[in-house]
Amino acid sequence: MTASLPPVLEVRAAHKRFGAVHALKGVGLKAYRNEVLALLGDNGAGKSTLIKCISGVHEIDEGEILIDGQPVALHSPAAARSAGIETVYQDLALFDNLTPAQNFFCGREIAGPSWLPKGLQFLRTRQMDKDAAAVIERLKVKLPKFDAQVALMSGGQRQAIAVARATVFARKLVILDEPTAALGLRESRKVLDLVDQLRDEGNAVILITHNMEHVVDLADRAIVLRQGHKVGELRPDRSNQKEMVSMIMGAE
Amino acid sequence: MRLKFAWNAGVATSVASGKEPVTGLSLWLRLLGAGPIVILLLLIGVLALSVPMFFTPRNLSNILAQTAVIAVVALGQHLVILTRGIDLSVGSNLALATVLGALMFRVNDNAFVVMATMLAAGGAVGAINGLVYVYGRLPHPFIITLATLSIARGLALELSIGHTTMRGMPETIAVIGGGTTYGIPNSFFVVAGVATLLFVVAKTMVWGRWIYAVGGQPDAARRMGIPVNGVIVSTYVIAGLCAGVGAVLLAGRTEAGSPLYGNLLELDTIAAVIIGGASFLGGRGHIGHALVGAVMIGVIRNALNLLNVNAYYQLIAIGVIIVLAVQSDVLRNHLEGRMRVLQAARVQ
Ligand SMILES: Nc1ncnc2c1ncn2[C@@H]1O[C@H](COP(=O)(O)OP(=O)(O)O)[C@@H](O)[C@H]1O
Ligand SMILES: [Mg+2]
Repeated sequence: MTASLPPVLEVRAAHKRFGAVHALKGVGLKAYRNEVLALLGDNGAGKSTLIKCISGVHEIDEGEILIDGQPVALHSPAAARSAGIETVYQDLALFDNLTPAQNFFCGREIAGPSWLPKGLQFLRTRQMDKDAAAVIERLKVKLPKFDAQVALMSGGQRQAIAVARATVFARKLVILDEPTAALGLRESRKVLDLVDQLRDEGNAVILITHNMEHVVDLADRAIVLRQGHKVGELRPDRSNQKEMVSMIMGAE
Repeated sequence: MRLKFAWNAGVATSVASGKEPVTGLSLWLRLLGAGPIVILLLLIGVLALSVPMFFTPRNLSNILAQTAVIAVVALGQHLVILTRGIDLSVGSNLALATVLGALMFRVNDNAFVVMATMLAAGGAVGAINGLVYVYGRLPHPFIITLATLSIARGLALELSIGHTTMRGMPETIAVIGGGTTYGIPNSFFVVAGVATLLFVVAKTMVWGRWIYAVGGQPDAARRMGIPVNGVIVSTYVIAGLCAGVGAVLLAGRTEAGSPLYGNLLELDTIAAVIIGGASFLGGRGHIGHALVGAVMIGVIRNALNLLNVNAYYQLIAIGVIIVLAVQSDVLRNHLEGRMRVLQAARVQ
């Protein structure tokens, strides 16, 4: 549907080794705006490794990463974030001791005056609270208390906060690593609604999940990894669900 | 034991009444948070009524003066504990600073120069702690600060060449450490000033927010682009500077430096932070906790002194209180876990 525009993100022939483990063996992918790309594969297939290379946690050993057609070097998570890539990690990377608003802006605080070094600037707490409240409102996330520590919130609420944080700063690409793995039915639904919304707001979305229902429901395209190789790519619907599963399993 | 019981009671009532549990639990949590200050006020009230000499202006002023050193060093210790660390070297660091200050006084009796010497010595030991911990990739700050505990004390003994007290401090430092203004010890104002400064840094500046983030979830902090190493090193430098301030106060009050000062100060300051209500698990606590804890230790010591209780029992009393404080930290974690489950149940 967006084939005419260049991909927001392109990975070409990426290799990643951890000592003797060859986790990615020449994987390529393209992600487009207004599109949810499902990244599928059995445990250990290399999904998390691939997205950690894209979000700057790991660096690829060989291959290329392009953003809007330009090759980039993502040396750190901060570099990826400033390139417009937001990640919702499998472990959420939330700060239990901080409030949702403080979590949203952690590492990217609104502060001033700007002539001081960042660390010595004064927090604009009211501004950040206001902005965070607006996002929570827009995404229709229900939180028990806006100024409570994240430690006191349920799995679904925490997941929603992590996704909402990504939406605050998402400009190009949002990556979600198994965002519903630990959630009940209703909480999962809420998170998937957020994913839908992210796409509708013009982001490219990469979604890792083991739930085929969610893939068929939500994803525009799916890529399957197995043992570090890309073994397939298709447009998921009810009719090819079986085919997807056998690609993931590697059995006919 | 009583805390455990209260916890069970809270959960029991909560199961009975649908929407109540969350409010019931958060009430318990808030009570636990206010615990230390409530206990301190009760303690002061009880002592005022039962120990004749306790609640007199003179004795209260004494308590403040005796607590000042613990309090100011605990302020720095608190920042280190916020980042899940610990500084065992503060006592030796303070001793070394007083010895260097006393040596400097023999060469140059300018108060500013002597004070700067003590602060610089404290900050330098702190910087060594932080840098070796972070860039030496040590598994825990326990190791390096245990090493500097030993090294700084050894250096202090070596430099003082066998003198246990090195008499002589500039008049200004003696006034800061030992003088009073309207009956209030000057050291109290120093502690208040340092506390205010650190409060502003911790609560209103980006750096302070980063300290809490690093303590809450170091891995996430790194992924969010926070300069984790710099934040950690800074807390040890500040802890060292606070030990330097403590050195100025103690050397001023006694008008001397000594390699024996600050013995077991690491224990007192860690106890103050934990008794005051900060968490060993990192990222939880504030300046007030360190101050409340320090005053509590000061009050208990003072009362036991007035009651002529053997000094050994003071050590035992402080130890027991530490266990109770850590227990209430554990309890708080239980309650928070409970709260999460209830929240999840509410959404379903
Ligand atoms: N930091 C690491 N160090 C060593 N091996 C790793 C590391 N991260 C992942 N691996 C290995 O790389 C392979 C792919 O893992 P991963 O990307 O987590 O798979 P997935 O997310 O698809 O389950 C596995 O064999 C895993 O053990
Ligand atoms: Mg994974």
